[in-house]
Amino acid sequence: MAKSASHPEPLDRPAQKPDGPGDTASTNPGPLDRPAHKPDGPGGRIPGPRPTNAGPGRVLVAVYGLFALAATARAAVQIATKFHEAPLAYLLSALAGVVYILATVALARSDRRFAVLCCSVELVGVLAVGTASVIDRGAFPDATVWSGYGQGYGFVPLVLPVLGLLWLRRTGRA
Amino acid sequence: MTPHGVGTAIIVTALLAAAWCLVTTLRKHAIGIGELIAMGVVQALVMAQIVISVVHLAQGQRPQSLVTFVGYLVAIFVILPAAGVLARLEPTRWGALIATIGCAVVAVLIVRLNQVWTGVG
Repeated sequence: MAKSASHPEPLDRPAQKPDGPGDTASTNPGPLDRPAHKPDGPGGRIPGPRPTNAGPGRVLVAVYGLFALAATARAAVQIATKFHEAPLAYLLSALAGVVYILATVALARSDRRFAVLCCSVELVGVLAVGTASVIDRGAFPDATVWSGYGQGYGFVPLVLPVLGLLWLRRTGRA
Repeated sequence: MTPHGVGTAIIVTALLAAAWCLVTTLRKHAIGIGELIAMGVVQALVMAQIVISVVHLAQGQRPQSLVTFVGYLVAIFVILPAAGVLARLEPTRWGALIATIGCAVVAVLIVRLNQVWTGVG
């Protein structure tokens, strides 16, 4: 690795841009496929909503994608192999999977209104199914992603839509 | 029975890689070549696990749910490359967080893989 005398920090990492300690938004443009938006540091604010798929948003897209995969695959296996055992639970699993897929796409494409809709449906879903599964365990003989408020998935399904909506609100402020 | 030795090795290295990426995240850095190599080591072990699992299946051993088991194998195979690509697309601390999550998820999936094989849970 060539030692760059102009680089002020003794780092062994090439071509990286560490975030400044005060940069909470951390949307510094990288060398790769960055959309041409400015970091909103003090004084660097641009008008209009920011994209939802950069910075922390990319983490959201990744986790949403993961859950889209997990929920859809799980529902597909359940419906294909043992649908008669718990039709309602498996259909809810499939619904959850579809909502996660749509939310992933909406966030990745910065489709703000659709993303809000998806996250809201998801929040209502996890609260409704979570409550129903706690009150009446018999109604859900087999677990879904949303059973017990997402207990089987470390409560991530409960936290995710909240984070999504907070992120959408934050990026939406011009 | 999947060999627990490889599974344990994956869990340990994946958690170590996750811890490394988490430190990078907390230091507000993007991941560098070191973290990528760590993820590569985990991925190499994952490939070994997949080969071993396929050999077991070819020998006629069957998990409780074959479809689920194969699904987990595919997921485990895909996670780290996907996390690595996303982390490089996002050369900030948030990319490092994606790498952290990817490594942690691999560890969890290995635990689930063993459960699916033995039929527990």
